[in-house]
Amino acid sequence: MNSTASSFLDNAKRVTADLRHRSLIQNALKGYLVKRDEKKAQFKDWQHARQTAAEIKWDAINHLDRYLAEFADKAEANGAKVFWASSADEARNYILDVAKQHSVKSIVKSKTMTGEEIHLGQALEKAGIRVVESDLGELIVQLREEPPYHIVFPSMHLTRHEISDLFQKKLGSEPTDQPEELTMIARRAIRGEYIKADMGISGANFAVAETGMISITENEGNARLSTALPRVHVAIVGIEKIIPRMEHLALFLPMLATAGAGQALTCYNSLIGGPRKADEADGPGEFHIVLLDNGRTQLLADPEQRDALHCIRCGACLNVCPIFKNVGGHTYGTTYQGPIGSVITPHLRGLQQWKHLSQASSLCGACSEACPVKINLHHHLLHNRRNAVGEHAPFFEKIAMKIFAQVATKPKLFEILSGWARFGEKLIGLVRGTRLDPLGAWTRTRSFPNSAPKNFKEMWRERGTKVEAKP
Amino acid sequence: MSTGREAILGRIREALKLSAPMPGDHGPIAESDSDHAHPAPGAPAEIRAWLPPVGANYEENAAIFARNSEDLKTAFLRCPTRAAAHEALQKLAAEEKWARVAFHQSPLIDDAVAALGLPALETKFGYDVHTLERCDAGITACDALIAQTGTILLTATSAGGRTLSVLPPHHVVLATGDQLLPDLSSAYEILARKYGSALPSFVTLITGPSRTGDIERILVLGAHGPKQLTVVLVEE
Repeated sequence: MNSTASSFLDNAKRVTADLRHRSLIQNALKGYLVKRDEKKAQFKDWQHARQTAAEIKWDAINHLDRYLAEFADKAEANGAKVFWASSADEARNYILDVAKQHSVKSIVKSKTMTGEEIHLGQALEKAGIRVVESDLGELIVQLREEPPYHIVFPSMHLTRHEISDLFQKKLGSEPTDQPEELTMIARRAIRGEYIKADMGISGANFAVAETGMISITENEGNARLSTALPRVHVAIVGIEKIIPRMEHLALFLPMLATAGAGQALTCYNSLIGGPRKADEADGPGEFHIVLLDNGRTQLLADPEQRDALHCIRCGACLNVCPIFKNVGGHTYGTTYQGPIGSVITPHLRGLQQWKHLSQASSLCGACSEACPVKINLHHHLLHNRRNAVGEHAPFFEKIAMKIFAQVATKPKLFEILSGWARFGEKLIGLVRGTRLDPLGAWTRTRSFPNSAPKNFKEMWRERGTKVEAKP
Repeated sequence: MSTGREAILGRIREALKLSAPMPGDHGPIAESDSDHAHPAPGAPAEIRAWLPPVGANYEENAAIFARNSEDLKTAFLRCPTRAAAHEALQKLAAEEKWARVAFHQSPLIDDAVAALGLPALETKFGYDVHTLERCDAGITACDALIAQTGTILLTATSAGGRTLSVLPPHHVVLATGDQLLPDLSSAYEILARKYGSALPSFVTLITGPSRTGDIERILVLGAHGPKQLTVVLVEE
């Protein structure tokens, strides 16, 4: 077992046993489910909306070369500077260069998972630049020096008391158990940062090919302030964020809000098309768009799983996943947690190192059903299992399967061995619960079914004799 | 830069040589035909058929906007005349003890701000951000109101820049009856009709006052943007 897999198992074991953590997550997600279903019911037809959304994303992803070029050309015509980054390194170096050119000392960042993916914050801080996360949840995990717990709800694993203690220690605030007061503490702490910052960094939820604009979805207003006040704005955009036309937002924005947070529409959905124009009151003097590949074209090259690039990062598959709800977001050790993370991480970061994520699933299909763009998530987890074994089958499994094939194709041998197994079951009772128990790994948390007293062949033989005996 | 562009586009073209099954179709994977085999999906008529229903006339849409505003904690004031709107603003200013407001020059806003008789910061031709930060309210016009979601559509051009509508603690929007639209699809139609291909550098849809649920998923209003949002609809 590799190190990422064994740390997944260790963390999963620890977190699953933490009942306080489990009830915190499950309570939060219960509220989400109620609101999401309420908003879904307001659609005239949610299922057809999903199909249309899936078809639009299919069109975008399967003609990505055309739409991406159109987006970049339009964005440049709007005055944006577009940089094409093949890797995380290229993206980071470009942004560091832009920061140096503008003698940037302080950066205000709004939530960007693509930024997390390329570890941008750490790289900028290492270069001696002050980086402040402005999204409340992101600020909390930044102060705790840990990665986001969930792609949409970064701090959902923390109680108000833990957050109050954190703010007391790091921001010097008074203790409180009111979420409203805690939010105001963060508001006051970040206000000055927007004004002081030389550069604002954001992600993008959509990139509209038709107009060359990026669309940012948020509730707090921090992305608006981060992209309005500093003199330079840099947006990091995964190449899969493309949608062909602006009018498609009329479908995607309400679906993202509904699936993501149980809202009819998120508070602010902003389109940004370039730096401040000559006749406009404010806005940054420079606008940079970093288009990021970083393994996405590798996923694109797999037609079977290409639809994983339809993802709009709403987090719905995490919210309904029985595994996520029990092992928690940090256990995954990935930028993208939950079912979508388990599907795409092996493509972005190596199948053998991350294949264990495909097993972190009950294959119940709740993720596929929750997905607003109909990604076939649980089937892709099966595809990843198949591909991992096809590429490199573990020696023990290979031998075990060979032996099984021999036994299963020889009826006599099969019968003899299944008789032995029934006998062995009785012996296992003697070592159950001790270290000698060969089934211990399974039976610690589950029961092992007993064999039937008679197998099918025996029953058939008995029945056959009786039938023949009748005159 | 063109090398990065060619490298990525090259990998994409290579990857797309095999075509992926359409959503809901689990057939075999075939060689790609580069032309659109299907008409482009997602025309406004199709989108409208799935989204939440809207009213058939002005009154119904105004009622839907009012109901959504209530859910969102947006204050929605319907005023029969401009004079009534000015009065409503004066009442708001007195109740909340506004000392200074910010606005942008525009026919609907100028009179309203003059009627308030308060010190006022105009943003259209540049402003000091610290002064704007100390204003009690930002008063703006907009491009449209959207009944379906209780949303305000505004741009850097129609609302005095990017910041005026988000930095002060109270955002007040003045709109006229003809700006009330049924749904999101009409909002994008209006943008295309009004600005053509010369869209402002910033366009936003505002749905309720700023909010967060990042602490135990409990709703708190006024995270980083305005704690209050008031929409004044002038229906003359």
